[in-house]
Amino acid sequence: MTSSTPQTLYRKIWDQHVVTTRDDGTALLWVDRHYAHEGSFHAFDQLAASGRKVRRPDLTVGVADHYVPTRDRAKGSAEPEIREMIRLLDANTAGSGIRLFGLDDPDQGIVHVVGPEQGLTQPGLLIVCGDSHTSTHGAFGCLAFGIGASEVAHVLATQTLWQKPAKTLRITVDGSLGPGVTAKDLILAIIAEVGADGAAGHVIEYAGSAITELSMEARMTVCNMSIEAGGRAGMIAPDETTIGWLKGRPAVPQGQAWDAAVAQWQTLKTDAGAEFDREVRIDGASIAPTVTWGVSPEHAEPVTGTVPDPAQAGDPGRAAAWEAALDYMGLAAGQALSDIRIDRVFIGSCTNARIEDLRSAARVLDGRTTVIPTMIVPGSSAVKRQAEDEGLDRVFTASGAEWLESGCSMCAATNGDMVPPGERCASTTNRNFRGRQGPGSRTHLMSPAMAAAAAVTGHITDVRRLGDVR
Amino acid sequence: MKPFTTLSAPVVPLRLANVDTDQILPGRYLRKPRSAGYEHFLFHDLRRDAHGDPDPEFVLNKPAYATAPILVADRNFGGGSSREGAVYALVDQGIKVVLAPSFGDIFASNAAKNGLLTVAVARDVIERIWEVAEADPESPLTIDLAAQTLRIANEDAVPFEIDPFRRECLMKGLDDIDLTLSHSDALDAFETEYANRYGFRNPT
Ligand code: SF4
Repeated sequence: MTSSTPQTLYRKIWDQHVVTTRDDGTALLWVDRHYAHEGSFHAFDQLAASGRKVRRPDLTVGVADHYVPTRDRAKGSAEPEIREMIRLLDANTAGSGIRLFGLDDPDQGIVHVVGPEQGLTQPGLLIVCGDSHTSTHGAFGCLAFGIGASEVAHVLATQTLWQKPAKTLRITVDGSLGPGVTAKDLILAIIAEVGADGAAGHVIEYAGSAITELSMEARMTVCNMSIEAGGRAGMIAPDETTIGWLKGRPAVPQGQAWDAAVAQWQTLKTDAGAEFDREVRIDGASIAPTVTWGVSPEHAEPVTGTVPDPAQAGDPGRAAAWEAALDYMGLAAGQALSDIRIDRVFIGSCTNARIEDLRSAARVLDGRTTVIPTMIVPGSSAVKRQAEDEGLDRVFTASGAEWLESGCSMCAATNGDMVPPGERCASTTNRNFRGRQGPGSRTHLMSPAMAAAAAVTGHITDVRRLGDVR
Repeated sequence: MKPFTTLSAPVVPLRLANVDTDQILPGRYLRKPRSAGYEHFLFHDLRRDAHGDPDPEFVLNKPAYATAPILVADRNFGGGSSREGAVYALVDQGIKVVLAPSFGDIFASNAAKNGLLTVAVARDVIERIWEVAEADPESPLTIDLAAQTLRIANEDAVPFEIDPFRRECLMKGLDDIDLTLSHSDALDAFETEYANRYGFRNPT
């Protein structure tokens, strides 16, 4: 390929990381950053069983998030199996000389919040983690994707990964998002449009004015949920917003190295005329606050709409899936979404628990009272400190919401924070799968502002109707 | 890893779309060591009713399908979380092949690393496999990985596509860490050159 051939951002980053390529196109890629969490124990076990060592402990960073308690942290989890998960991460990282943001670290948090916050996530890097929401980091213009335990073991042993080039999909969002409409609404609308497997086998690049106008926090929300459209990764080219956000963070280069890095980052964009395997265009102004009604993130509709009718699904397989979803969710076709009563609210997760998300929830909760149990779990301990410095915690507690310690918490219910069976939860997380938040739990995905609106009304509510939406 | 070449065996017809990895293996079992036998957690919540009793309607609870090693599901099988435990649960149950119109990418990659073959097959072929398996649970499906074909009972063979690298690893039962270490010289050279060019990418 000559240098004059226009290239996609994905291809540029790919090419920089190729160690060797096989005849069939599969390449061995260098990994710049590997994030580990408690779930990585299978991989460390595999490595130990094969008698191998970690090749580059300096390029792996551990974070305790999935199993950490969000209450009474000093006491630790009441469940021995959960305590053991945290102990294993401590032991595995210490045994290999890997840096850890453990339970007691002042900068502990959810891995996809901590990595960017510490400046460990940077443009141009190839980042992997044994977690599908690793796509989050693509917001910085890096190639970041989730891998399984065997691949984690491979990365630990070799600092590389075998990969086949993905297809490319560009999603261009023109115009601007309206008032009260957030990155969460945008990505839910995108997933509803392309389908939960619509981007399978593809790396998504997000472009267009509605994307470049987004803050880094909002870009992370968008890239986070790329996997919910089946995408291998999601990415946004780095720009002044990215560089400004990263400057001065602990793990970014300093002095001359910073200048060299920035100069290199500025080359990381898709060239004019580069071809994508697929293109999708969406009008940002047409997007309303969006919520899910079913058991897949593709089951999303504008809050102004109704629960869809399986008779309108188009094909029999889809109709059966909608029917089953309505049955599980306890909903009837044609019901107004804003009539759906909610039992509890969870504001948290790697999708929507960064400082801006908390500010947006606080604006709705300020001066109002929650009428259902509401948990607010910051994305990291640093976000928690910042929120407290800004007085957001006082707004939350005054509204009756619970303000807790950082972790994955009720997003995947692995630490024991669960939605009771049959209850309906308005959640700022990324997955409304059956039982995701606990056996029999019913999840409605939405933005932090929308979740806060549900908390003060007890039903799904278009936040724009509460007034004073900024 | 045991090499995979051909298999002729009965089918579990799973007429469900979007069976994500949370449904294959609910998150609360992720903390179990592999030695716990992950087959006990396979489809844990899907195969039980609201009281926690086995749902007789769920296909794997029907004796005729309980031990069949080929699972055939609808679109987007294994989407969602990257948990390799979802693959362990299928493998520990004795499943050797999964067919569906589409798969979660990470799931399919995890499957290959554990010797579990996944093949994306057109929806009408999937429909035909379901019909035959529902009419006669013992009717075999034949998968030939070398020839890249599948055959429903005595019908004509249907060709399928598979990534050549994945196919080779499955057919040889390759451990890809060994494969990578056979490129050690290239890797060492790359590492040095990369550090010179992109030194600023190391964490500070
Ligand atoms: S917050 Fe939820 S989605 Fe994010 S890493 Fe934790 S469990 Fe996974």
